[in-house]
Amino acid sequence: MMPDQVAIRINGVSHQFGQEGEARHVRALHDTSLDVARGELICLIGPSGCGKSTLLNIIGGLLAPTSGSVEVSGKRVRGPMPRDIAFVFQENALFPWNTVFENVNLGMVFQGVLLAAREARARRAIEAVGLKDFAQHYPAQLSGGMRQRAALARALSLETGILLMDEPFGALDEQTRMILGEDLSVLLSRAEKTIVFVTHSLGEATFLADRVAVFSARPGTIKKIITVDEPHPRRPDFVTSAKFTSIRNELYALLHDEIRKTMAESSASAAGGRAP
Amino acid sequence: MSGNQRETRLASRAVQVAFLIALLVLWYLATTRWRVSPLLLPNPLVVLRDFWSILITGEFIGDLRVTLTEFVSAFGIAASLGLLFGYLIGRSQYRIQIFEPLFAGIYSVPIILFLPLYVLLFGLGPASKIALGATIGFFPIALNTIAGFGYVDRTLVIAANSMGASDLQLFRYVLLPAALPIILTGMRMGFTVALLSIIGSETIASLAGLGHRIVYLAEGMEMAPMFAYIAFVVAIAAILNTLVSALESRGRRR
Repeated sequence: MMPDQVAIRINGVSHQFGQEGEARHVRALHDTSLDVARGELICLIGPSGCGKSTLLNIIGGLLAPTSGSVEVSGKRVRGPMPRDIAFVFQENALFPWNTVFENVNLGMVFQGVLLAAREARARRAIEAVGLKDFAQHYPAQLSGGMRQRAALARALSLETGILLMDEPFGALDEQTRMILGEDLSVLLSRAEKTIVFVTHSLGEATFLADRVAVFSARPGTIKKIITVDEPHPRRPDFVTSAKFTSIRNELYALLHDEIRKTMAESSASAAGGRAP
Repeated sequence: MSGNQRETRLASRAVQVAFLIALLVLWYLATTRWRVSPLLLPNPLVVLRDFWSILITGEFIGDLRVTLTEFVSAFGIAASLGLLFGYLIGRSQYRIQIFEPLFAGIYSVPIILFLPLYVLLFGLGPASKIALGATIGFFPIALNTIAGFGYVDRTLVIAANSMGASDLQLFRYVLLPAALPIILTGMRMGFTVALLSIIGSETIASLAGLGHRIVYLAEGMEMAPMFAYIAFVVAIAAILNTLVSALESRGRRR
């Protein structure tokens, strides 16, 4: 990959929580390297606890890695980079005392967007996610899916080159998830953003991603990268295609062993034994 | 609100009013029909007359001024110290671990037991009431402020940080609105206990104030004016309470 095409460069990142020997010591991520191309949507998938969310937080500067480094557009990440990176979290990251419009607006206030530009940008982002009629609603008045649309609108209004999404649809039911995935694919094919998307769902990963990075069990690292060669926006009938099924099956096979390993490890530690 | 809910509320209001009226009727019957001694229970009509004369002569003003001054000073001290300490402690899990159990422990002690000590230290005048009211009002305000700032949803703080919020913006747009409802509850509790303890301590050891006046009348066996003063204090407390409720609901709406 040419250097100027690389949006995010992850160099040998490892991370551990707590100190060696402590009861709460966890090696979450081990020597992980990855280049994410500009405009690419990459999904991180793996067994729970494999460090995929940890990696996302490290990319976003919310967490400093124990070793290794991350570069975004050639700059080393040392903390949040609100002008380059926006987050969509799993759920409940909207301010409950603010309306949808106020939430979107406040993100831009934090980012430092001038007042004159904010209103139009907020309106555009809210329209883009289909919440035009709900701009004056509070998060508690919305369904889970609509709340995540609002969170997406807030992230889009920041107009960053990079979007980091941490299981944004993880708490939603399967149907809502499917619809949001389709809408996201349409939205993003227009937006030209670089996206790192953490998910548990094989189907979601296959449907959305240009590439899927499959993580091994803890301490996680990238086991294999699968390319999904299908243009955006993805059409709903892509889900029923043979290509979709074969990629999904390949992911399933890769993940299956890792999930077994994770299960064996957690049941071993539950029985009082030490994890290998 | 649906019509059904409104009806239920109206019905419970009616029962409440009927209960109060029944109480007054019983009181009246007790003093007339059942001949309860006026030294124990004066005739409500006499009490009403005395209440009225207290109001129009304005003889209450001196005592009211003393009590209100004590209360405002005590609550002012309790609120400013409670908010300050609550914020400073609530911003660090380490400090919460140390101070929250400590404050909660002290809060569960009946601090009014220290009144004799406060009188020794600050005298029989308003200073001892202010000190006691401030002490008693401090703890619920501090504890709720700690809870308000200490348990703000971390996701919201992380989200704000990821969007580049400065420390001031984080406080103004995230921490404060998250903590405000709990802080207001604490302020309200602090308000109630400070008022209670000030009037209460006036009845125990004081030179002036509404509590002092009531005890003074009781000791002179002047039951009707004593009851009138009690009614007056109840009315003042009700007015203050309504005021605080209005302020509280205004604060919550923001």
